[in-house]
Amino acid sequence: MREIACSQITGAVADLCRAANFGLPQDVSDALRRAKERETHPLAVDTLDKLLLNARIAEEEQIAICQDCGIAVVFVDLGREVHLDGDLYAAVDEGVRRGYADGYLRKSMVRDPLRRHTNTGDNTPAIVHLRLVEGDRLALTVAPKGGGSENMSAVWMMVPAEGRDGLVSRVVQKITEAGGKPCPPLVLGIGLGGNLEKAALLAKEALLRPVGEPSPEPDLAELEKDLLEAVNATGVGPMGLGGMTTALAVHVLRHPCHIASLPVAMNVQCHASRHKTVVL
Amino acid sequence: MSDAELRITTPLTCEAVRNLHAGDRVLLTGPLYTGRDAAHRRLVDLLEVGEELPVELRGQLIYYCGPAPAAPGHAMGSAGPTTSYRMDPYTPRLHELGLAGSIGKGERGIEVREACRKLCAVYLVAIGGAGALLSRSVESARIVAYEDLGPEAIRLLQVRDFPAMVAYDCHGRSVFPGDEPL
Repeated sequence: MREIACSQITGAVADLCRAANFGLPQDVSDALRRAKERETHPLAVDTLDKLLLNARIAEEEQIAICQDCGIAVVFVDLGREVHLDGDLYAAVDEGVRRGYADGYLRKSMVRDPLRRHTNTGDNTPAIVHLRLVEGDRLALTVAPKGGGSENMSAVWMMVPAEGRDGLVSRVVQKITEAGGKPCPPLVLGIGLGGNLEKAALLAKEALLRPVGEPSPEPDLAELEKDLLEAVNATGVGPMGLGGMTTALAVHVLRHPCHIASLPVAMNVQCHASRHKTVVL
Repeated sequence: MSDAELRITTPLTCEAVRNLHAGDRVLLTGPLYTGRDAAHRRLVDLLEVGEELPVELRGQLIYYCGPAPAAPGHAMGSAGPTTSYRMDPYTPRLHELGLAGSIGKGERGIEVREACRKLCAVYLVAIGGAGALLSRSVESARIVAYEDLGPEAIRLLQVRDFPAMVAYDCHGRSVFPGDEPL
């Protein structure tokens, strides 16, 4: 067994919260640059330019790229040969508390979803997804998720007869309706199969793949390409003001499902596709 | 897209609102109030029981923004727009009180477009997610109501050359592709 102190987890999560919020990952800024070169709408080109400038300012000044510093989504890959000296969930929350305070990041959590007058004040609790893996390491990924794009996400319990075409048309319809609300250009995570909660979690995990890296499975890579083309053919464009760049990438993850079902989840991510990982 | 950016001073008279047209790019200088979900709910709750609002909104603009805290040496933290449609249930009521405009991101319900036309008001959009860039246009910020709401408190900002675009004008036009004129 390898011992990992919870204080180490707290420190790492705090660092990741700040680092994830203070700039765009290289894959995202590269994708924005490629989109700008392809884009033919002058206003869309100007918007993409400003998003790249915004990311530079955030990085240089070490301030949040977006005022919505997100709900703190934390993936924990825990090696089965690791022993922890305390409460993992409490250690993660303490990291979020410190990272959001020290980084001057916005605290965006209300205590009660219906009576909305009390902010928890420290951006906790985090949403923690724990996975047990082989080995003696512990990998932490912090993926701050903005509310405006999360609100445009969906789970569809489709009937099997709807198939691939049905999936494409639902995605296109939803993204067209969403227009400028989720801050396009977007990254779309699609969870295909499983059941209600499995599809939703796959959709979230799909957002962690480097932007534009195709699925290793050829038929899914083809589906991703077709979805991206269809979404960009809507003309929604950056900020919904028109253009060819409605999405930068579509990532699909798949799981077997019940003979009666075709669950599909779509997690909509704005252009501030933030996530950082560290391995302890 | 027009390359020229119109320099506009806030608050706005109805005449100034009439001069704005969907698609115009503007640079705003002057006061803006921030307000988003929870603050709107409180304002409209006060109106329902006939009480006075904590801020005078006549001629003013509300910026749908819950800023990040300011780091040392900054007037403001990251301060981009939030999605506007969530404020649709409240916005026409505030325009009836004389609110001249709102600033946010994304398309809104038809009731807001109609309120802009009937009540001489305007809806502007700023670049969503460009909070670090937009914070540079904020010269000062102070909380004027509902401090307990944290990022959702109403703040009075003084902005200089804050960049935005006219999305819905008071002539029934919209900048969003696919929207027909009213």
